[in-house]
Amino acid sequence: MRTLEHESKEILKRHGITVPSSQLVSKAEDLQVDRAVVLKVQIPSGGRGHAGGIVKASTAEEAQAALKELLDLEIKGYRATRILVEEAIEVEQEFFMAVTYDTLAKRPIAIFSQEGGVDIEALALRHPESVSKEAFSARFGLPPYRAREIISEGGVSGKKLLGLGNVLSRLAEVFLDSDATLAEINPLALTKDGKLLALDCHLEIDDDALFRHKDQASKEAEQGRYEGGRSATEFERQAAEIDGLDHRGVAGRVIEFDGTLGLIIGGGGASLTAFDAVQHHGGRPANYCEVGGNPSVLKVKELTKHILSKPNVQRIAVIMNVVSNTRVDLMARGLVKGILEAGKVPAETVAVFRVPGAWEEEGFKILDKYGVSYCRRDVSIDEAAKIAVDAPTG
Amino acid sequence: MAILADQDARVIVQGITGREAASFTKDMLDYGTEVVAGVTPGKGGQRVYDVPVYDTVRRAVMEQGAEVSVISVPPAMVKGAALEALSNGIKLLVIVTERVPRKDTIEFLELAEECNARVIGPNTLGLISPGRIKLGMAGGPVEDVRKAYTPGNVGIASRSGGMTTEIANLLTTHGIGQSTCIGIGGDPVVGSNFLDLIPLFEEDPDTSAVVLFCEPGGIIEEHLGRLIAERGITIPLVAFVAGRFVDTMPGVRFGHAATIVEGNRGTAKGKIESMREAGIHVAEAFSEIVPILNEYL
Repeated sequence: MRTLEHESKEILKRHGITVPSSQLVSKAEDLQVDRAVVLKVQIPSGGRGHAGGIVKASTAEEAQAALKELLDLEIKGYRATRILVEEAIEVEQEFFMAVTYDTLAKRPIAIFSQEGGVDIEALALRHPESVSKEAFSARFGLPPYRAREIISEGGVSGKKLLGLGNVLSRLAEVFLDSDATLAEINPLALTKDGKLLALDCHLEIDDDALFRHKDQASKEAEQGRYEGGRSATEFERQAAEIDGLDHRGVAGRVIEFDGTLGLIIGGGGASLTAFDAVQHHGGRPANYCEVGGNPSVLKVKELTKHILSKPNVQRIAVIMNVVSNTRVDLMARGLVKGILEAGKVPAETVAVFRVPGAWEEEGFKILDKYGVSYCRRDVSIDEAAKIAVDAPTG
Repeated sequence: MAILADQDARVIVQGITGREAASFTKDMLDYGTEVVAGVTPGKGGQRVYDVPVYDTVRRAVMEQGAEVSVISVPPAMVKGAALEALSNGIKLLVIVTERVPRKDTIEFLELAEECNARVIGPNTLGLISPGRIKLGMAGGPVEDVRKAYTPGNVGIASRSGGMTTEIANLLTTHGIGQSTCIGIGGDPVVGSNFLDLIPLFEEDPDTSAVVLFCEPGGIIEEHLGRLIAERGITIPLVAFVAGRFVDTMPGVRFGHAATIVEGNRGTAKGKIESMREAGIHVAEAFSEIVPILNEYL
């Protein structure tokens, strides 16, 4: 999960990294401004500045106007319910620092640049020499002397080196303690009076570690942190409900497309393969999904009915990799039941059935009974997709 | 000779008393894998399919001797289980569990490197060297494994467990056998990725080509060119990249935790281009893997 800026800054503060003094505001009467401020929308997305989500105000009137504007502003489908109002900072110099995982080195890596406030990936491409980075141990962390080595390689000397080293070392602590996958301060400001302040912070927490960060997990579930985001379509939401009918296997992860060929595909890698193959052969999928882990007949039946409930879907292609855990007969039974309950004829509705593997003979018997043709394991996933696309509609 | 583990490897299963672990333990035994012990703290003295269960890895290794462990314990306990295995001299860990916190994975991978041990996974179905050994859930029950997998000279490394069996099945259908078939695991960081495994296949006299099953996300495929140049890799590599449509949907996660295009990073298109530049044959369609392989065999 991506924590909001103000939540990230609370975590920084707990680890001794200084942030501007601020106030979190959700309505006009709570706003108290007696000096120049910066108002920032609190949404889980980058690029706020360019989208007008960060506004400077030097008077209370300006701030009120900005607050109203920002609460109405939509950026990438998100709308903030809270605005972070921070004291405006007189900046002498801006730095970049981040800690993330290097998937090649399989280690945490600390990254530093004297050019803050810019897009670091673009900078690394243009001026790789201006970015210094080094891997360190997740078990032993990044002590200040190691952090100073990285900062020093980044071309910093003098008194600044000590301060920056401390901040980077603490940022590594934030990263490890909060089970983050990214902890970035950009920019880190050196103020005219020589202080280092984190002006913005991007923190991504590992979803798989939320079980040991109950405070973050409860934030993720909290209503009204912000509005919007990529919301599921009604079709996808109902599909998720079907997947929740029981705990046996997966018959979900449905994503809606605007085509006419319904897909019941799985598992993960095979779904990607089958979806590509259908498109490659000129088919237009009505949906993506991932079926696996031996779903119950009930789930497969309901998913089948659900896909067939889309008005433009007449046919369904059922394609999976050779299954060992999922049972072919349960897939076949659920499919046939779903088609019958949708008031359709199985033999005409199944564009292809290509699910070889465990209990396949039992599954094929069910399909035979309803005159549904099927492929055996010698027909590959893309050949099956072609059969489905070429099948006469009707 | 297979890579990673051969038929005489002595194997323990950590978490053997769990339902899923017990079930794949039976499948491994049926396939001929020497499962010599199981470990579940507090359940020492029990037996699972006649395999003795111990309270600690130390006790299991002391009494039975083992160099391989298949780990199937809840996500929060994986790190502890892996550290326990490593500190008791286990040299190959196959970690089946899904949803292991990233930091935990990195921590035990650091220790594994210091111990000169190899890790497959987390989030893997495991691996099979047909006719020799099966570690983890890969391929399922023995009769299903025998239908899909046949001994031979083509290695498989796949980011999808299900597709490991699918590729083996495709090759078997066309009379091509396999040396070692590995589901590398679906997480962004796994113990052994393509960069780690290709050199092992290169050195294996019984592997004459390798099939790679790739998905969008991550930057491993983009570094294969560098690996080939630096290590002088000559073994023919045939890749297939699934999920081209994912390129049009950045930020949406598909199938595996690692399968996500971030910004313009990790696209299928980018992977195909950089692998082709590296001289790797990328199959346009899944079935094309066979004719391409046949040019080398």
